[in-house]
Amino acid sequence: MSFSALLEFTPWPTLSILILFIVAVFVLFLARDTAHQAIRTATSAIARGLRLASHSTTHLESRLATRNRDVLLAAGREAKERIIEREFERISDSVRKDLSNYPTLHRALSESIRRIEEEHQAAVDVPPEAPGWVRAVDAVSKMEGKNGAGAILEDIHKSLVKAHKEAMDSYREASAERHGLLRKMMPEWRVIKETLDRVMASVESLLSRASAIDRHMQDYQDIVHGHDRAVSTLSSSSVVQFFVSGLVLLIAIGGAAINFSLIARPMSEMVGGTSYIGSFRTADIAALVIIMVEISMGLFLMESLRITRLFPVIAALPDKMRVRMIWITFSLLALLASVEAGLAYMREVLLQDELATGALLRGEDGGGLKNEFLWITTAAQMGMGFILPFALTFVAIPFETFVHSSRTVLGLCGIGLLRAVALVFRVLSNSFHHIGKLLERLYDLPLFVPLWLEARAKAAAANEARAQETGSVQEVQS
Amino acid sequence: MKAFILALTALLIGGCTPTAPRNTGVYLLLDTSGTYNEELKKAQSIILYTLSKLQPTDSFAVARIDTGSFSEKDIIAKATFDDRPSTANGQKRAFADAIKTFVEHSQSAPYTDITGGILQGIEFLNEKNSGRKAILIFSDLQEDLAKGYVRDVPFDLKGFEVVALNVTKLRSDNFDPREYLARVEAWRARVEKAGGRWRMINDLERLDGLL
Repeated sequence: MSFSALLEFTPWPTLSILILFIVAVFVLFLARDTAHQAIRTATSAIARGLRLASHSTTHLESRLATRNRDVLLAAGREAKERIIEREFERISDSVRKDLSNYPTLHRALSESIRRIEEEHQAAVDVPPEAPGWVRAVDAVSKMEGKNGAGAILEDIHKSLVKAHKEAMDSYREASAERHGLLRKMMPEWRVIKETLDRVMASVESLLSRASAIDRHMQDYQDIVHGHDRAVSTLSSSSVVQFFVSGLVLLIAIGGAAINFSLIARPMSEMVGGTSYIGSFRTADIAALVIIMVEISMGLFLMESLRITRLFPVIAALPDKMRVRMIWITFSLLALLASVEAGLAYMREVLLQDELATGALLRGEDGGGLKNEFLWITTAAQMGMGFILPFALTFVAIPFETFVHSSRTVLGLCGIGLLRAVALVFRVLSNSFHHIGKLLERLYDLPLFVPLWLEARAKAAAANEARAQETGSVQEVQS
Repeated sequence: MKAFILALTALLIGGCTPTAPRNTGVYLLLDTSGTYNEELKKAQSIILYTLSKLQPTDSFAVARIDTGSFSEKDIIAKATFDDRPSTANGQKRAFADAIKTFVEHSQSAPYTDITGGILQGIEFLNEKNSGRKAILIFSDLQEDLAKGYVRDVPFDLKGFEVVALNVTKLRSDNFDPREYLARVEAWRARVEKAGGRWRMINDLERLDGLL
């Protein structure tokens, strides 16, 4: 039955509409309670479901946050362990180096001190002997002059003067000798001072390293105890590392792109210029594969050198095997770099060939201008072709940092996303709660007449009941 | 894990599936009849331009239109360029030399068998199995068959592009341009009826869209 047919049950469509409206309002009024209940149940169910989803998402977020925290702490602990290990290695090297020299140092110091003591003993000041003639002179002076005391005294005086002069001369000689010995002590003192300075520098270096280890150990303890400060520091550090390593990787990708353009064209001479794998040129794929192999070799080289730790298997290899691996990867890298240099040269040759052919086809004689500085471009291309593979080797370092930091950063992003989803669920839940109320009001909107009548009837019934109650009370009282 | 293996297998199979040919085949017909023979210098520049645009594994043949053009003997030069760019460049240079020699020593033909040339071109390009096939006709499109030559043959030009180049006006066209228009229209209709695409380029300074 169409809508127009529905309006034709009376001759006047307006009347039909009015009757239909009244019937509809009546039916809706009768079904009001049920409809309200249905609306309330449906919206409440959706709201509860959304609230549950919000709780689940929050729970998931907290689990992810815990996991992220664990990952962060584990990574921080590992990094700190590496740093502390390295510091201890440095201290060990320093102590080994200094202590291995200690017996020599001790012997040198002992010898210097012994020599100084000997020279000091030799340089002891011996006072001149006191003259032994004093009493004799005294006795002679008491004698009478006729007994020749004057002459005796004169002789004694002469002898005394002579003895004194000799004593003074020998004393001067001894003093000069002593001064000479003291002068010889100076270099020994200098040697001792330099040795002690060296010892002091070593001790200071050890002390500074010890204080650095103390600092690292404090950080390590914070990490082990899972302090919030440590987590916060590690988190911000991880984000910084993520962006810095990402930037370096972007630069490396630029380098790889240049490398690719250097070898893609000559590759077409080797694998054909027009064969395709899927929708990609085989020459392009071959060039890309060479670059990828170079990067892989670089990764293995860095891993073998223990600069990076992406592959535990390589790190766990015996030293002899590891050294072999270093040489093998380095040789392969050198070979690939040489191949690239050759391809870069070939690229220039092909380019010149194409230019010459193009010039011929354009009707230009002589194949264009001869460039006498062409060798510079060729050499530069060859140099780049040789150097870039080695330069790309160092991609391993930012790559490792990027991989490690991306775990944390992705975790942080996941936490943020889950938090946003939980918020959206909560908002939607509340919205559905209010939407239910709104739908009830909208349902009641066309029923305002019967609702008003109902309200009036209820009020009248209430008044009547009150009046009856009042009447019965008065009857009881009377 | 199973899904990953399946995806990888699908990728490998997809990657190894032989793809449709991507090369181009070009067959150029040179009208050497009557006074049009004098236009061959222009044709040479078109050939050189075409050579510069073609890539390794593309095929190119240049044939003359004379009294009976449905013959391999009318092919002046042909080449399928090598996969290696350096070899392809060498082939292009040899091709250009052959064309130069032909232009210098070409003699005019008494009749013009365009249909025979097109049939020969269709055969050549179908043999080469090129991804894109183009027949270039350097002619005034005035067919003039010798007695005894039957050329009322239906073409199959599906997947072909036919480009008329340097369609000059004859003296009679100047008196009645309708003849020229009717001639061009007749060829267009014939090509399109055979399933081909028709184009006409008269401005040889603007050959950018030729290939």
